[in-house]
Amino acid sequence: MTHLLFGNLTLADLPHKWFTVGATGSIIAGGIAIAALLTYLKRWKWLWSEWLTSTDPKKIGIMYIVMAALMFFRGGLDALMIWLQQALGSGALPGFLGAAHGYLDASHFQQIFTAHGDIMVFFGTMGFLFGLMNLVVPLQIGARDLAFPFLNSLGFWLFAAGAVLINMFFVIGGDFAASGWLSLPPLSGPEYSPGAGMDYWGWSLQISGLGSLLSGINFLVTILKMRAPGMTLMKMPLFTWTSLCSSVLVVSVFPVLTVAIALLWLDRFFGMRFFTSGFGGNPMMYVNLIWIWGHPEVYILVLPSFGVFSEVVATFSHKRLFGYVSQVFAALGVSSIACLVWVHHFFTMGAGADVNAVFGISTMLIAIPSAVQVFNWIATMHRGRIVFATPMYWFLGFVSLFMFGGMAGVLLATPAADYQLHNTLFLIAHFHTMVVGVGLFGIFAGITYWFPKVFGFTLSEKWGKRAFWLWLTGFFTAFTPLYILGSMGAARRVDSYAAATGFQPLYATALAGGLLIAAAFLTQIVQVVVSILERKQNLAGGDPWDARTLEWATPSPVPFYSFASTPEVRSRDAWWEMKKDGTANAPKKYEDIELCKNTGMAIYLSGCVFLLGFALVWHILWLGVLGLAGAIVCVIVRSFDEHTEYVVTAAEVEKLEKERLGRSPS
Amino acid sequence: MRPMADNGIMKVWYRILLGAVIITGGVILFKELVGHSTVSLFEPAGPTAGSQSRLIKTMAGLMLLVVIPTFIALFTTAWKYRAGSPEAKYDPEHTGGFGKEMILWAIPAALIAVLALMNWKSAQELDPYLPTRSLSGARPLTVEVVALPWKWLFIYPKQGFATVNYLQFPERTPIHFKLSADGPMSSFWIPQLGSQIYAMAAMMTQLNLEASAAGEYAGKATEINGEGYARMTFTAKAVTADDFTAWVARVKAGSNKLDMAAYNALAAPSEGVPPAFYASVERGLFDTILMKFMVPASTGMANSSPMQRDMEMPAGMDMRSMPGMRK
Repeated sequence: MTHLLFGNLTLADLPHKWFTVGATGSIIAGGIAIAALLTYLKRWKWLWSEWLTSTDPKKIGIMYIVMAALMFFRGGLDALMIWLQQALGSGALPGFLGAAHGYLDASHFQQIFTAHGDIMVFFGTMGFLFGLMNLVVPLQIGARDLAFPFLNSLGFWLFAAGAVLINMFFVIGGDFAASGWLSLPPLSGPEYSPGAGMDYWGWSLQISGLGSLLSGINFLVTILKMRAPGMTLMKMPLFTWTSLCSSVLVVSVFPVLTVAIALLWLDRFFGMRFFTSGFGGNPMMYVNLIWIWGHPEVYILVLPSFGVFSEVVATFSHKRLFGYVSQVFAALGVSSIACLVWVHHFFTMGAGADVNAVFGISTMLIAIPSAVQVFNWIATMHRGRIVFATPMYWFLGFVSLFMFGGMAGVLLATPAADYQLHNTLFLIAHFHTMVVGVGLFGIFAGITYWFPKVFGFTLSEKWGKRAFWLWLTGFFTAFTPLYILGSMGAARRVDSYAAATGFQPLYATALAGGLLIAAAFLTQIVQVVVSILERKQNLAGGDPWDARTLEWATPSPVPFYSFASTPEVRSRDAWWEMKKDGTANAPKKYEDIELCKNTGMAIYLSGCVFLLGFALVWHILWLGVLGLAGAIVCVIVRSFDEHTEYVVTAAEVEKLEKERLGRSPS
Repeated sequence: MRPMADNGIMKVWYRILLGAVIITGGVILFKELVGHSTVSLFEPAGPTAGSQSRLIKTMAGLMLLVVIPTFIALFTTAWKYRAGSPEAKYDPEHTGGFGKEMILWAIPAALIAVLALMNWKSAQELDPYLPTRSLSGARPLTVEVVALPWKWLFIYPKQGFATVNYLQFPERTPIHFKLSADGPMSSFWIPQLGSQIYAMAAMMTQLNLEASAAGEYAGKATEINGEGYARMTFTAKAVTADDFTAWVARVKAGSNKLDMAAYNALAAPSEGVPPAFYASVERGLFDTILMKFMVPASTGMANSSPMQRDMEMPAGMDMRSMPGMRK
């Protein structure tokens, strides 16, 4: 009877360890604080009707970024805990807090690095990217919305449901997966990881993966079908191009992830034998599937950053992008080769020399378009008039890291060298150089660059530059030791090591770097706060950077209808050309605008999916049936709703525009 | 946006210089800090690791030929064309053109062509399945390796004994490892000798290594395989041929036996296992461990099912016999 009601849940699954109690406490305290604040400010209705139920990509983009920043903070705490454990984990030191080495026992340490990896990739970086794409892509192509506004809202809420589920283990269960961020079987199979932590891992990734897939489809269709008249593919801004490439990759490979994790679940739940050792199963099939998704995923994370830098360099050099066609083909090249390299993640699993070399060389090929992009950015600066605003700092930092990381990547792509570098901290350093140096630096540059477009005022340059320098020095201090440790034969993911290895000083240096990065993150929070306080001094007009692409043709902050009249595009750098030939402020012909109504259905649907996920983690049949049925009912109800849009008439638009022009001189 | 004044740019350069000083200082500090320990990648003790070390250095050097000029171009261009620079020419419409862009593609393509050749050649030469060339002319020694949670079992099939977490072998002699696992997958690595390879249940992989001089080398697991992962280390000791013969005789003179019962006890999860020595080992133990996963209901290996005895099954699945994995 208890099992019928509660599945595998028992009282022992309630928080009782210091970290679960602490995390649960802070989750509850945070929740109460937010609820109290909202009640005090009487903002519940505002939050619900203006934000949570919105289908406006500008608002969904902001929600993505807020969510991603929270997850980034969460994953960052994990990173600090990992650094601290490894700095203390020398065999020469006694352990404390009940651990044999350092302050975390092995299983807890392994759960932390697993959570760190998954949260940073799936909920941190992916969230930032979809956020930026939501904010920028529609404006860059002159569209008022995405092709499927409801799907966009649903994509976000599924992402949010996944984020909540992955953190639920603190509150109920207390254990997360301890098998590394991709959870390779047989370790992740029922034999070695029977607990619910593994299922929290699987189902949170399934739910957020579904959200990513829906968003990928949405952006793919939006970019192909919703462009303003005159904007041919070869007139699209580079950020839109790289977002398109990213979306194509999402649509191509996320289903593979879904299938791989689903098969693993069948192994775990029904005792099937897809990935078990022997008995007809083979864990290598999982390894292939997960990397068929996993490698392109890395490019999903970094491609939009390349686009950001193409925009940033051209804008701040006040010059046309050098080699537009090359940049487009480089992005296309990177994304197509990205799908042909996955075996380089397991050269060391016994494949033959020919197989390894083919995948090694295909991996190396990616260096060609990557280098071309760097050359083109340098050539763009040539004969420019470069203003060194914060985004340019991120650009210079990014190129510096990108070239080191790229070199390390080419070494790892060489099977004979990889046999010595695989699974070492050298690999970890390489991966972080790419995802932080390229992915995150690009995101930071992008957020700084487009912030005034979204909020109407620029971010503090002073604090932005401070954050940049802290990030850069922190990064080098944290990850140079990891390259060296890798060369010393230090394996990844160890919670302890013999004192005789001499690793400890380097691990301690890495921890110092980690603290610098933490300071950098705090500086970025200060930057946002200071900028909000000083917003009156930093008001941005529509075009604070003297930029080039169509999004800057709109006022800042962008009105809910984005473009008062549909823009017509005649060339690349459409806004720059309009400014040049004087058509930028031409009188507008107003027209009726159709927009999608707000809807809470995506929240209800994602809530049901969350219940389904939770039920699957704990094997609670009735809750699972309820969640699934609820989700299906939501889909049916939504599909019969024929009044999903509303019209802003031309007269209303004109009135709103006149009011706006009357208010601000820009 | 107001263009940044010149002293702002000076500040940038000052900071870049400062950064360079910090990095150089850091590198020197690291050298002091890690001076007494081994940078195994660049202190190879065997021909395989030696070739890999040279390969990594050569490739890194070749890449620096492009990377260093790119760095210089990046920062000089950024400096020269800063807003407010007196001598810089401003041409907002300047773009590539087919010829110039092709040159930009040709530079990395040429470099990658060279690196790809090295990639191919080294993949063939350093294929872990290929025997190393014996430095002393001695015949290869075969060692069967089983990754257990969380210790390494080494079986010397010809000599008929076994060790745990301790591997000894003659110097300047090719060692042929056959690897499998009885538990989650692990990766077997002796950094100073070269190449790591995965050890996976129900599958057999191979690795060939050789030590060019006597010495003790650290060995470890590098793939996450559970709680004892970090402590799944072993010592690999290369000795002279005579010392090896004497050591074998000493081990075989012991009384410890690795029969099925002892093996099943050993295979249970445990960590921090000290080196252990078995004077004799159950015949065909390595193949039995491979077979364990091939037939259902045979998990208690001691009483294998009739089905297992009757069926003629290949001894485990050699990785290279899988489709797509053939050389």
